[in-house]
Amino acid sequence: MASRLPGDVIPSASNAPVPEGQAPPEAAVVVTGVRRRFGDHTVLDGLDLTIGAGEFVAMLGHSGSGKSTLLRALAGLDPEVTGSVLVPPQRAVVFQHPRLLPWKRVLANVIFNLREPDARQRGYAALEEVGLASHARAWPATLSGGEAQRVALARALVRRPHLLLLDEPFGALDALTRIKMYALLKRLCHRYRPAVLLVTHDVDEAILLADRVVVLQGGRISLDLPVTLPTPRSRSEAGFTALRARLLSALGVEERVGDADPRDASQGDAALQAADPTDGVDSSGARSWSAVADSPEVSR
Amino acid sequence: MTTLDSRVTTPVGSLAASREPRPSPPTTLIEVAGPSRPTKRVLLPRWLRKLYGPVALLLLWWSTSATGLLDPDLFPPPGAVVGATTDLIADGELFLHVWASIQRVLYGLLFGVLGGTVLAVLSGLTRIGEDLLDSTMQILKAVPNYALTPLLIMWMGIGEEPKILLIALGVGIAIYINTYSAIRGVDNALVEAATTLGASRAALIWHVILPGSLPGFLVGLRLALSGAWLSLIFAETINTTEGIGYLMTRAQNLLQSEVSVLILVIYAVIGMISYAFVRFLERRLLAWRPGFQGT
Repeated sequence: MASRLPGDVIPSASNAPVPEGQAPPEAAVVVTGVRRRFGDHTVLDGLDLTIGAGEFVAMLGHSGSGKSTLLRALAGLDPEVTGSVLVPPQRAVVFQHPRLLPWKRVLANVIFNLREPDARQRGYAALEEVGLASHARAWPATLSGGEAQRVALARALVRRPHLLLLDEPFGALDALTRIKMYALLKRLCHRYRPAVLLVTHDVDEAILLADRVVVLQGGRISLDLPVTLPTPRSRSEAGFTALRARLLSALGVEERVGDADPRDASQGDAALQAADPTDGVDSSGARSWSAVADSPEVSR
Repeated sequence: MTTLDSRVTTPVGSLAASREPRPSPPTTLIEVAGPSRPTKRVLLPRWLRKLYGPVALLLLWWSTSATGLLDPDLFPPPGAVVGATTDLIADGELFLHVWASIQRVLYGLLFGVLGGTVLAVLSGLTRIGEDLLDSTMQILKAVPNYALTPLLIMWMGIGEEPKILLIALGVGIAIYINTYSAIRGVDNALVEAATTLGASRAALIWHVILPGSLPGFLVGLRLALSGAWLSLIFAETINTTEGIGYLMTRAQNLLQSEVSVLILVIYAVIGMISYAFVRFLERRLLAWRPGFQGT
């Protein structure tokens, strides 16, 4: 279905129009001048983005900034985008909600539409990798949110995608499950090396997982930062906090959470800081997570 | 005087004016689980408890007949109905008539379910099918089945065909209406997900759209079954010498009130069996769906 869409041409790596000096020699995604309008509202306004083979890119942006629109275009779900979108034919998508077919058992969902004779074994192996082999015969409705999302991940990875598209895949999960999912995703991506585009609005998630973070604003990429932190990463490192502050300010968000009513001028803040001068306020002014959150180790 | 004033006004006034934290409101605790709350006891199995209502009705019938509250000429006592039933069973009449009716309903269901499903799929899946079929079916739905009887007799005579067709029409419309709206109501998110997994149009229909519309189809089937027995009453007023409807007309002419009541009981039993059949199908086909079990 994908190859019938207008913007969806699949080039060989050699003749891909890669902007000079920007993309690795082998690109998995080359998007140039992509536009998408919904009525009078322009969501994508001549966006350019290149993702190298095996590269993990996280895309940040506010709600409605067009993150999901771009991802849907890459998935081949949006026939109305204009511009050039080049993607590999083997793609897989994990959505915010697992979108498993409720009337198929877990294993049947994983191997849905696979025609290889060894599909069952491969599906079973994929379930084993996400730790759900014992649930192969279960109905999706009996799974927890995290389990269902792991099945969705297995369903994507069993297809050995060259491009894995993740549309806020952890957005509906609780915080503890999310931490476990980060490690699982990172391990599986390291194993299969697909190019990954992770759409999220969680800055921490982007920094923990990605090789590169881009910010989508005004229909274009407004910031494109490599994440050079060593792995395994944790939220308590100094470099993490600095990167986080930079991305938050690029998104125009200031994170200061307190009990005082901001309308009470500055005396509330002063009182708060006087009571606990070490309350995790770092040099850039953004409040660090180290005081409130645990520090998941994300390894690769 | 002054000391009293300051004591009363100052704290209250300052609390209301500033945004300082207020004291937490006092709370009374109630017990929602614990040793003093009785746990629910189940005395009888579920299927037996479902018979509470019918058994109570039978008891009411029996007691009002026995006390003479019910006129036995107008509404016969249970004993008379049992007697009439054993007579009809003994000479083989009951089986003959009930079987004739069951056959008509089964044929009507067969053609109605097939036709209704095919039309629903055509109009649910294609725009042209919708344009051609949907408004026609909605209009047909508004026409009472019984009003078609004279035309059907003129076209097809007084044999089995108009009877079966009358039943099939009612069934087909119930199946069509529910299946069509169920097809249109299939979650587009699932269709999209299947598309990203490379599903062809045929695979989408077979693996996503049809299973997704199965709950709606079964609702249609439930309505169709009760409708089929209703249509049967009309169908069997067309010249016939076999069937429950014939038995009913004969009882009316011969003033056999106990047979009339027997007919009611037969319809009730058949209705219960039909309902149980659809419930059985639902449990088998919708095992994937976690349903509300009730309290």
